[in-house]
Amino acid sequence: MKLKFQWLGLSRAIHPAGNKHTANQSIVPLTGFKEVSIPLDMQVGPGCKPTVAKGDHVNIGDKIGEPLGPWSVPVHASVSGKVTKIEKQILSDGGKAEYVTIESDGKNTVSEALAPPVVTDKESFLKAVRDAGLVGLGGAAFPTHIKLNPPPDKNVDTLIVNAAECEPYITTDHRIALDYADDVIYGALVTAHWCGIDTVIIGTEDNKKDAARSLEEAVKRAKEGECNAFWPKNGVTAKVLPTSYPTGAEKVLIALLTDRVVPEGGLPADVGVIVQNITTLCVLAQNLKTGMPLVKKAITLDGGAVKKPGNYEVPIGAPIRDVIECAGGTVSEPAKIIMGGPMMGVAVDDITRPILKNNNAILIFDEKEAKLPKESACISCGRCLRACPMRLQPMKLDKAARAINPNELEELHVMNCIECGSCTYVCPAKRYLVQNIRNGKAYVRAEAQAAKENAKKGDSN
Amino acid sequence: MLHVSASPHIRDNVTTQRIMLHVIIALLPTVIASGFIFGLRAPMLFAISAAACAGFEALSRIAMKREQTVGDLSAIVTGLLLAASLPAETPIWIVLIGAFMAVVFVKQMFGGLGSNFANPAVTARIILSVSFAGPLSKFSALPRYAATVTPGIAFDQVATSGADLVSSATPLGVLNNPIPGTQVPSTMDLFLGRHAGCIGEVCILAILIGGLYLLITGVIDIWAPLAYIGSTVAFVAQLGKDPVVHLFSGALMLAAFFMVTDYVTTPATIVGKITFGVGAGILTGLLRIFSAMPEGVSYAILLMNILTPHIERWTAPITLGAKKKTRKQQS
Repeated sequence: MKLKFQWLGLSRAIHPAGNKHTANQSIVPLTGFKEVSIPLDMQVGPGCKPTVAKGDHVNIGDKIGEPLGPWSVPVHASVSGKVTKIEKQILSDGGKAEYVTIESDGKNTVSEALAPPVVTDKESFLKAVRDAGLVGLGGAAFPTHIKLNPPPDKNVDTLIVNAAECEPYITTDHRIALDYADDVIYGALVTAHWCGIDTVIIGTEDNKKDAARSLEEAVKRAKEGECNAFWPKNGVTAKVLPTSYPTGAEKVLIALLTDRVVPEGGLPADVGVIVQNITTLCVLAQNLKTGMPLVKKAITLDGGAVKKPGNYEVPIGAPIRDVIECAGGTVSEPAKIIMGGPMMGVAVDDITRPILKNNNAILIFDEKEAKLPKESACISCGRCLRACPMRLQPMKLDKAARAINPNELEELHVMNCIECGSCTYVCPAKRYLVQNIRNGKAYVRAEAQAAKENAKKGDSN
Repeated sequence: MLHVSASPHIRDNVTTQRIMLHVIIALLPTVIASGFIFGLRAPMLFAISAAACAGFEALSRIAMKREQTVGDLSAIVTGLLLAASLPAETPIWIVLIGAFMAVVFVKQMFGGLGSNFANPAVTARIILSVSFAGPLSKFSALPRYAATVTPGIAFDQVATSGADLVSSATPLGVLNNPIPGTQVPSTMDLFLGRHAGCIGEVCILAILIGGLYLLITGVIDIWAPLAYIGSTVAFVAQLGKDPVVHLFSGALMLAAFFMVTDYVTTPATIVGKITFGVGAGILTGLLRIFSAMPEGVSYAILLMNILTPHIERWTAPITLGAKKKTRKQQS
């Protein structure tokens, strides 16, 4: 099959080595962190302002950050102890945010104020989602309560549970599907119920058939058990997709599962779909049962420099350095640290950076893995063109971006790029295509901004 | 010290150099076959041409004070393809001029690999065949193979001159310009290359082995060769010519797998590849039948090379969920 597609040059997706070494390892909680440093901005949109002061004592689950705007979700303490520092620092993505540093008292006392939220309608459900501090845990960090509440003119009829996990190395979603399937399905059914969605589709890849089976069994249990009250009108279907990258990218997954195409510049809600990552649904379900907000995150720790690769649950804000030490240390000097997967993750500049809400992996590459290839001239082979899931022309976008030509970039639909990195992965000339396309997007945004300001000036004159 | 870079952090192991190496490997059957058909002089021409192209590439990069790119092996590919389109008795100085034209004029002066709009080997071959029409239209083969085309002449010459190679008409030449006493070789002789012609073009079997290798290794896909061969054969058959002779003679097969599939000078989209193939096929048929020359493959490809940027624009893929109107059309 693969060979046939290769001959015909039709292959759309790429197939990087899975490297899912940790798929057999259950999520192990790590404890004993002396200090956590929690940024108050870990999401798309504005973050939070601190609600605690230096010297305050906090318990796990206590709110330490109050939303700054309607898109913001609160931030909670992930260890119990004393607030020792509140200061602005650079984030791993280059922005700046307030960090609340908590010195752990080692007791891990859970806040007594936590109680399961009372959900009676959509409004109270969305409030519960927001109070849980939930953002898209697949990596995008888009605030969940905003995603679940599309504008009223959008008629959303389908909830997609994203369990594709197409990034190499990462296996946390896989483990959640195996070990917490009931929570995932409960979260999905409740979400569909309160958002008035009639169809639920679960999408997995065929490199984790056991995860698909586990979720299907949980669906059966849910139908027969007490979750039946939330059973959607058109039921729940589970589909197993062929393993490829980027199956789990929102727009790609929607196209694969429903044959609907999200319009350029549009949102999934435009075609009646909401996509939720399975870990997000799992945390949501646990929050509805216990009231515990998002304070811990399961991550896959892997890469050539890691001594004991595995899946670990760590408090949000824990420094990467301490996580590595807690998990058994390294076998060689870390040469590159990636937050997230190797295709879309962010390389961090400092080993003391904290774990964020949307982290699903920490990869520690050794010197060999970190080595970057040298760029050479484009030979127009068209591999990027065939690899692009959005059917863009990366090689032309790359040239237009290098020439800083916003008009050309816009004509080539640069804003439709999902930055999956497939083009860069397949490029035989090793060109930094997606990075230049990101720059290209920035040029287009800057031009639109300038045009807006000019129009304003024109109005005031 | 931590490395920091933009994602993705992993890369496929395919490189430009590896692709070029695949093409070189795919051309080896042709080089070997040329030795059997034309004697040792043919592989020697391949070697000289490849070495000259690599040398000129290295020298021009040094002269232009640019990063050395000879290691990408693309110059070797150009050299092999250039030699493939020359007769066995081509003087070495003509080969050197061809290599210089291909690498320095057609490739490096336009910016090197990836920036040349025309196929260097094809363009150099045209320059040579126009400049040195005499020596380059003397086709020959080893006596036992030349005999298959023009039995009477060949055996006479062998007897009188005792030469290693004997001149003989090429199948397309015979088709185009029938001479009494000559005949087109059998299909099997055409397929195996047992007739006079250019050293890398005659043995269809060797070219097909190379083409299959390129398909299996994923260097090329089938569309452009299929469209090119299909349209040429259909076109000449439509005009009442023998399609099998046209299919198995001249530069058609070599071009189909090694020139119409060139990354740099042909479109990257599938629809573009098919368009290019069909266009080049019709042009080849037209030139072969209606022009004064027996062969038209090089001109057809060069003309389509020029059209490539336009074909690419016409056949650009439509992005997923594209809005019907672009901003430009709206305003």
